[in-house]
Amino acid sequence: MDFGFNDEQEALRQSAREVLTDKAGPAGYRKAMGSKTGTDDALWKTIGELGWAGVAIDEQHGGLGLGLIELVILMEETGRALAPVPFFSTVALAGQLLEQTSPNGGSARRDEALREIASGGARATAALGQKDGRYDAAGVSVKAARTENGWTFSGTASLVPEAHLADFILVVARIEKSRNPEEGLGLFLVPAQALKSKPKPQPSLDGARRLADVRLGKVEVPTDALLAENAWPLVARALDRAAVLLAAEAVGVATAQLERAVAYARERSQFDRPIGSFQAISHKCADMLLVTETARSHVYYAAWALEEGAPDARLAAATAKAAASDAARIVANDSIQVHGGIGFTWEHEMHLFYRRAKFCELYLGDASAWRERVTAALAAAS
Amino acid sequence: MDFRDTPEEAAFRKEVRDWLDANLDRAQMQTQLSVGPPEERIDNLRAWQGKLHEGGWAGVSWPKEYGGRGAGLMEQAIFYQEMARSKAPAPINVIGLGMAGPTIIVHGREDQKQRYLSKILSAEEIWCQGFSEPGAGSDLGALRSSAVQDGDHYVINGQKVWTTLAHVAKWCIFLARTDPEAPKHKGITYFLVDMESPGVDVRPLKQMTGTAEFNEMFFTDVRVPRENILGDLNDGWRVAMTTLMNERGTLGFALSVQARIALDELIAKAKVLKRNGKPAIEDPVIRQRIGQLHVEIEALRLTGYRALSTVIKTGIPGPEGSLGKLLWSESMKRLTDLAMELYGPAGLTTEWKGDDDLKRWAFAALRSRGNTIEAGTSEILRNIIAERVLGLPRHR
Repeated sequence: MDFGFNDEQEALRQSAREVLTDKAGPAGYRKAMGSKTGTDDALWKTIGELGWAGVAIDEQHGGLGLGLIELVILMEETGRALAPVPFFSTVALAGQLLEQTSPNGGSARRDEALREIASGGARATAALGQKDGRYDAAGVSVKAARTENGWTFSGTASLVPEAHLADFILVVARIEKSRNPEEGLGLFLVPAQALKSKPKPQPSLDGARRLADVRLGKVEVPTDALLAENAWPLVARALDRAAVLLAAEAVGVATAQLERAVAYARERSQFDRPIGSFQAISHKCADMLLVTETARSHVYYAAWALEEGAPDARLAAATAKAAASDAARIVANDSIQVHGGIGFTWEHEMHLFYRRAKFCELYLGDASAWRERVTAALAAAS
Repeated sequence: MDFRDTPEEAAFRKEVRDWLDANLDRAQMQTQLSVGPPEERIDNLRAWQGKLHEGGWAGVSWPKEYGGRGAGLMEQAIFYQEMARSKAPAPINVIGLGMAGPTIIVHGREDQKQRYLSKILSAEEIWCQGFSEPGAGSDLGALRSSAVQDGDHYVINGQKVWTTLAHVAKWCIFLARTDPEAPKHKGITYFLVDMESPGVDVRPLKQMTGTAEFNEMFFTDVRVPRENILGDLNDGWRVAMTTLMNERGTLGFALSVQARIALDELIAKAKVLKRNGKPAIEDPVIRQRIGQLHVEIEALRLTGYRALSTVIKTGIPGPEGSLGKLLWSESMKRLTDLAMELYGPAGLTTEWKGDDDLKRWAFAALRSRGNTIEAGTSEILRNIIAERVLGLPRHR
């Protein structure tokens, strides 16, 4: 048993922290939030040069051939630095879906897409085909029909993160009606050029990670755009992995918030004492540490369990996202509270962290949704 | 990062299991939510620890030269996990093994190590801990028991409270003030006191469960030889810190396995007990609370591993110990709260329609109120976390 990172992993974390401290941080986030696209193209280019997007992609597709634990490290660091880049949508959503697609019997487009992410600087995302932002098979409302030359879609996928930035989108669509909603779903690779209208992002709470509707009506793709039939099992596996990666980002955000709350509690004086000497404040900070570290332990374990195919991997993923969503909400709220009035202002950076924390908390399902999965798994097992 | 046992760890785990299978008398087995206090079973428990000692399992991580196994902390943790998993009774000499012994190993003279350690392992001599006083609980530095030199002896006077096992103990690790003029934490000395000395009066202290796990102790002119000082005169606070660090050590691995067993039992109960005419497990609110308990109890296991990895790598215990104790104790209260709610009005009785488990849950509900108080209240733990881990200013 060893609950620690190896030297290469520590070095990756160190280098990520240095790069992101220099090139991202709240100031970079604020700038992106106020920009037209909500993203930092220069930082994305740097990340591409460093090969981060391909960390978990195998070497034959131009990646570094490492794994989920390395991605967890990078997600944590991008969270900590509020990096305004589509790293989550590219590596955690699109990347994991591609990786879970069988290389044998799959399409050459899968390999191409992995190569473009790993070394081509491509930005990508996933549209789970849902009208209302659900994540389950029954919620898939986008349909795909066979044509002479390929496929044609109908319907709109809602609330797709960074769809306006994506070079290609992984789309889950219903190919056949089925009594069991988990059957009859396909996974497609849709290049942005194939869309009839460019996705227009909604004004978004997290202004550096915007959500957009992807209109798929009458969109046509060739036959080999279908990466997998009966795709739900692989989509579910990919979503477990994406949830753990988002949980890792949440832990990074919470860590940065707590550090700021503690620093402020040490320097801010009222009643002739630093406010951090009041137990009403210090105990809040201790509780924030408890939920953050709890979530961190769950995230590391889940990443390992998924990577190793441990029997409790799905349960571990659910536990990690439940813990991290709670930590994200609690720390985002209480770190602002510790700051008092200044933490409520537009000029202060705490609300920037709050915005990203909220994305991490709610996207792919909140704490209650994942706790329900935890109990379902436990009740079925016992 | 690897959460599996190494081949060596797996072999060790198997060895523990095999030994327990062969040597644990199933009739003696107690579950984690044990109803009774150990007092009537002291002789059995003493014999059980003797058996453990003969098998080489008492003091797994203690040096071989003092009768230990000379293995590492990882093996110690595995041993406690397997003990809890097989629901074996914990060794009776818990204070000796977990607190007095490790402190003697660090601060004791060679003759003290030779004198005390092997009898701790065999449970021939049981130990108790004389730290807390009526006026010095969380604020341990406020203790008032005094020790005054008289030739080659010290004469001790004072009152101690919450003393687990004092009624059967042969020895007591005892903190007394030896320099009343010195600042609060400076004038304290750490004594090893023979409980058979004249002037030691032990009275059982009944707790809210109705049982008496611990005692009050009154010390009147108790003479203690000077060589029974552990460490240096007036350096007792530093020595005591070693004891308290060990209090939250590898024993946590047993607690986390026990918590997991309790949660599994609670889930099984939720399938049987009805709520609004349906099994309680189908109630969405109950499901949320069970899910949350899993998040917390699984975190205990992982926090334990993280703490152990930190100690093995750096030699210094990380913040995980305080976090783990805080989480464990608060979770145990939430877990037993939920159990009582599952029983509903029947939970207000201690026997209902032949449900043998109710009595144990009722006891556990009462007992767990003490979890957030013993070995550092949750409030003190939050102070420790805030001040020593987060570096916040002291609260006073």
